[in-house]
Amino acid sequence: MTAAVLALMALGLSLVFGVMRVVNVAHGEFFMLGAVTAWAISHFVPGHPAVGFAAAFVGAPLVVGAVALGAERLVLRRLGHDPEATIVATIGLLFILQQLALTFFGPDARPVQAPFTYRVVFPWFGYSGYKLFVVAAAVALLVGAWFVLTRTKLGLVMRATQFDRETAQAFGIPVDTVYAAVFAVGAMLAAVAAVLIVPIQQAHYLMGLDPLLLSFIVVIIGGLGSLKGTMVAAVVIGLSDGVISVFFTPTLAKILGTLLVALVLVVKPGGLYGTAPR
Amino acid sequence: MLEVSGIDCFYGDVQVLRGLSLSLKTGEVLCLMGRNGAGKTTALKAIMGLVRARAGRIVLDGVDIGHLPAHEVPRQGIGYVPQGRRLFSELTVRENLLIGQMTRKTGPAALERAVHLFPVLKERMEQRSGTLSGGEQQMLAMARALCLEPKVLLLDEPTEGLMPSMIAAIRQSVIELKRHDVATILVEQRVDAVLPVADRVAFVENGTVRDTLPVEAVRADHGLIDRYVGVGH
Repeated sequence: MTAAVLALMALGLSLVFGVMRVVNVAHGEFFMLGAVTAWAISHFVPGHPAVGFAAAFVGAPLVVGAVALGAERLVLRRLGHDPEATIVATIGLLFILQQLALTFFGPDARPVQAPFTYRVVFPWFGYSGYKLFVVAAAVALLVGAWFVLTRTKLGLVMRATQFDRETAQAFGIPVDTVYAAVFAVGAMLAAVAAVLIVPIQQAHYLMGLDPLLLSFIVVIIGGLGSLKGTMVAAVVIGLSDGVISVFFTPTLAKILGTLLVALVLVVKPGGLYGTAPR
Repeated sequence: MLEVSGIDCFYGDVQVLRGLSLSLKTGEVLCLMGRNGAGKTTALKAIMGLVRARAGRIVLDGVDIGHLPAHEVPRQGIGYVPQGRRLFSELTVRENLLIGQMTRKTGPAALERAVHLFPVLKERMEQRSGTLSGGEQQMLAMARALCLEPKVLLLDEPTEGLMPSMIAAIRQSVIELKRHDVATILVEQRVDAVLPVADRVAFVENGTVRDTLPVEAVRADHGLIDRYVGVGH
């Protein structure tokens, strides 16, 4: 389950870097904002928890997408999407979002009720039906993202922009609009991942940091901008992080993940499925 | 058809074009010649809106395109074949052509016509464009620009690094386009590639057009080429 959600979040990060060449250090905060917004929506929507969850599943990504769109317009575009300057800018954005969440949401972790508590019973053990739903939803979204990127005109436009911004403009592609859309969609993927995970992990204003580190590990190992690499690396890192955290410690899992990044950077700098830098 | 009047362009604080002017009629082939760094490529980029002109006007069929956003310029009917081809190398041949076709929503027939000019591309439609030979890449770059059915085609050193048979194919395609009333601005260093297809030659020096002459006048006076392009052209 961790792998599936991580893949969604890492895909957002990878998409933003792949198309815009922007390393979005605030990506984890979009995840946090998704979780916090999901709590707020589900908290204020009356009725069965499933209704609140459904409202959050639709509403939280839209809110986060709008925040990302604003950030792209007000900050990244003004910096000309310069790779170095945007790193510093998104670090600033990270702290702004984090402190706003602390101010208005508070320091406490808050739960969101799962939409259902059905337990799937296998012959030898039982498993949470909601966790299986999370895996299925994440896989469906990943397949959808793959379809859009590889089989639609929108995906073609995004890939053309990724390869050569100037030539894309010379063929009528509004690059600034593509960048804004990609940044918003990247943040929305993080928000969707957060909405899926928040009934299991609870919403907290510092919850974006761990997934951010894991997402960077995934996209670097998989190859920046590579959808296939992101998915493969998410499964490897998600599973290994879970297993090592359970049998040893979460810290050891992060240390080993970071060492693996160093190893990949030495042996295959472009990542497992990445292309050589142009 | 296309009027460029007194444009100034800068890279940062460095002025590259100084009041450059040129004009182009329907179906005409105008060649820009000059030494490296004279401003030929920048002139094409300025027409495409990729480099902003700080002064002067660029007018296509009565429409001032100098103030349009860069992505709107090709939609007015200007096709661009950049220096070094600049293909989307990870995309297939078909996907590169689709990008051209989507520019002005010209439809599949435009793609078919572009490929008809360069039949070798038909066999390579699903191949990644970065894996094509240099000549095939140049043909794809031209076909991609032709997919938007341009009124004006800008070609930046299309014969650079190509073998003679490929140069002949490119030259033939320019003649064919001229027959279909497509106006072309051709930036070239190779005199032998230019003179058989050009109607006029504009000599660019230090960011401005010094002389614009009919091709017959250039053929008759080789001193002109020595002066503006240098020896070894």
